[in-house]
Amino acid sequence: MREDRPPPPPSRGGAYSPPPPDQVLENVLEHVLQFLTFRRDRNAAALVCRSWHRAEALTRSELFIGNCYAVAPRRAMERFRRATAVTIKGKPRFADFNLMPPDWGANFTPWVTSMAQCYRALEKLCLKRMFVTDEDLELLASFPSFRELVLICCDGFGTSGLAVVASKCRKLRVLDLIEDEVTDDEIDWISCFPEGETCLESLIFDCVECPIYFEALERLVARSPSLKKLKLNRYVSIVQLYRLMIRAPQLTHLGTGSFSPSEIVAQGDQEPDYSSAFDACRSLVCLSGFREIVPDYLPAIYPVCANLTSLNFYGEACFLCLQVLDTVRDAGLQAVGATCKDLRELRVFPIDAREDSEAPVSDVGLLAISEGCRKLQSILYFCQRMTNAAVIAMSENCPELVVFRLCIMGRHLPDHVTREPMDEGFGAIVKNCKKLTRLATSGLLTDRAFSYIGQYGKLVRTLSVAFAGDSDTGLKYVLEGCPRLQKLEIRDSPFGDSALRSGLYRYYNMRFLWMSSCRLTRRGCKEIAQQMPHLVVEMINGEEEEVKEDYVDTLYMYRSLDGPRADAPSFVTIL
Amino acid sequence: MESSVVYEGDLNLKATELRLGLPGTDEPEKQNMSSVRNNKRASPDMAEDGGSKGDSDAKNGDCESAPAAKAQVVGWPPIRSYRKNSFQTKTEVETGMYVKVSMDGAPYLRKIDLKVYKGYADLLQAVENMFKLTIGEYSEGEGYKGSEYAPTYEDKDGDWMLVGDVPWDMFTSSCKRLRIMKGSEAKGLACGV
Repeated sequence: MREDRPPPPPSRGGAYSPPPPDQVLENVLEHVLQFLTFRRDRNAAALVCRSWHRAEALTRSELFIGNCYAVAPRRAMERFRRATAVTIKGKPRFADFNLMPPDWGANFTPWVTSMAQCYRALEKLCLKRMFVTDEDLELLASFPSFRELVLICCDGFGTSGLAVVASKCRKLRVLDLIEDEVTDDEIDWISCFPEGETCLESLIFDCVECPIYFEALERLVARSPSLKKLKLNRYVSIVQLYRLMIRAPQLTHLGTGSFSPSEIVAQGDQEPDYSSAFDACRSLVCLSGFREIVPDYLPAIYPVCANLTSLNFYGEACFLCLQVLDTVRDAGLQAVGATCKDLRELRVFPIDAREDSEAPVSDVGLLAISEGCRKLQSILYFCQRMTNAAVIAMSENCPELVVFRLCIMGRHLPDHVTREPMDEGFGAIVKNCKKLTRLATSGLLTDRAFSYIGQYGKLVRTLSVAFAGDSDTGLKYVLEGCPRLQKLEIRDSPFGDSALRSGLYRYYNMRFLWMSSCRLTRRGCKEIAQQMPHLVVEMINGEEEEVKEDYVDTLYMYRSLDGPRADAPSFVTIL
Repeated sequence: MESSVVYEGDLNLKATELRLGLPGTDEPEKQNMSSVRNNKRASPDMAEDGGSKGDSDAKNGDCESAPAAKAQVVGWPPIRSYRKNSFQTKTEVETGMYVKVSMDGAPYLRKIDLKVYKGYADLLQAVENMFKLTIGEYSEGEGYKGSEYAPTYEDKDGDWMLVGDVPWDMFTSSCKRLRIMKGSEAKGLACGV
């Protein structure tokens, strides 16, 4: 199968003749390169020389496409002929927040069509923010070795597609549906898993907003002895959850569904012992859900809190914990800080996701978390009130932070105690958290915040900015100061053409730049497009047809090996 | 949309500039002090008023004076719509999710989630199972025949209606609670009196 190498010389008289030296080297190289797993290492190895490039391409089993439009499917698959695991990312993240019209693109179909020819032995697929149709899923299900499907923030398919995957992928181990939009085709896809023992290890479907037939799910869990991760949707009541948990005490990751009864039984009736069910799940390290919690049931999870390394709390869960404790809402986080000493990741979402809502968590909660969870690596925190002091404290207490995403929901809100901008807080984060690679900012920020980021954020790869900064200087600080910056997404900030131009030499080293509702002009963007032929510069018009003057609504810019895409819709102009 | 900024100590000559045109309209590249919404650097007063809330930063930056507060911006806060839609708080009664079900003569109430049921047949089957009774056949204009029970519900206007009279979706969005009526009272309602 080594098409591009000359055949070995024929042996004489049947005697063994050793392979030529360079082939020996190639063999050794391939054997050694198989041990290289990190993408970055592989990319570096591929640049050494042609034979290393070739050997690396043949030994790469995991193919990662960070931007589906950066390379054509064929080109990728012809270089990496033996990949069995593929990850593809499509739309930029801000598309999640309705900042981009639907039908922008990121279609999976051209990829799966190429895979049907080049990657018949495909085993694993992970798609993020792609448009996937039921037909695509059906084609995937026909790959004989296919066993892992992870779809994150995807749309375009429904339960009929899931049904085909469930029934035809005999070796399916992982079916993870994470924050997808799944249409309800009124098919009971859970029942479509074949009878008999399954190899299922992970089944995540909390985002599937379709009722399921519980008995089928219960039977499926009962015949899946390898199941470790189970995340249920909100159509599973707490009573049903209990039944599943006692069937699967080996679970390590649990998403609890609604965590509320579908009917409340009157006093005197026996209630299942939820606490002991949780207690029996000794291996639980990840807990999420609580979509429609009834507070009385929350103490049931206390036995597992000590083991938790990852916790997804929706806003109400925090203060409902507190109702149980009968203290201030932030104290729910104080309870987490007091008990979950090994917590690595915390996400606190708002129950009421409006800008002026009453959020039950604030700087107090953040401080409590920072004091209790010293090993914290990743935090996503929505709140209405924050102080620099709390953020600074977190930067000092949690030096392991890799991801810090703070969303103060009111735009341009300063420190609520000192009325200062939040510059010092974010500055402390980039300065003290030396491993930080991902940062999302909020609140009132001046250019000074960006100077801190440029000065200290040397490992930052992903930066999200919204409603921040004073002038072009802010963006310049970042573009000039952050050498590892890969993904930069900015909205509603006063950065213009001059700042855009200052990053010219950076853009080939970045995956993408998104700037919406900033101060960019068409002329400025065109200039970039002309000077950087391998950049695809997309101007996306918003929903309103009206185009104000020369200003660009949204700029989405990314490097590409194969030029502008052919499937751009009418509201996208590629400069 | 543009964000113009006020530097402390900046002369901000534009504020005193004499211009033609309606107040609140401005060219994008000119900084504009005249409308509250552009003042991104919150002065203490502004902050007290919740200055940021006064912004009407519509995504396309239409130049109008902002109506104070409550003006939501596209895509902010940055939560996926999937998450936003999936938070159902108990206070949102209009969604008609959890409703109490009472039966005349029974000592206790039950509570059910209307969202779980696909239609009237589904719901009534569940109610029958719950209370161990039969409800009978529904016929339009004549109510439930074949049993002494009739399922009724209170809608958001406070009126008691017969279950089945309105389309299912309308029912789930307006039903506040269910009551299984028995005997003559049931008959009275059924006849549309």
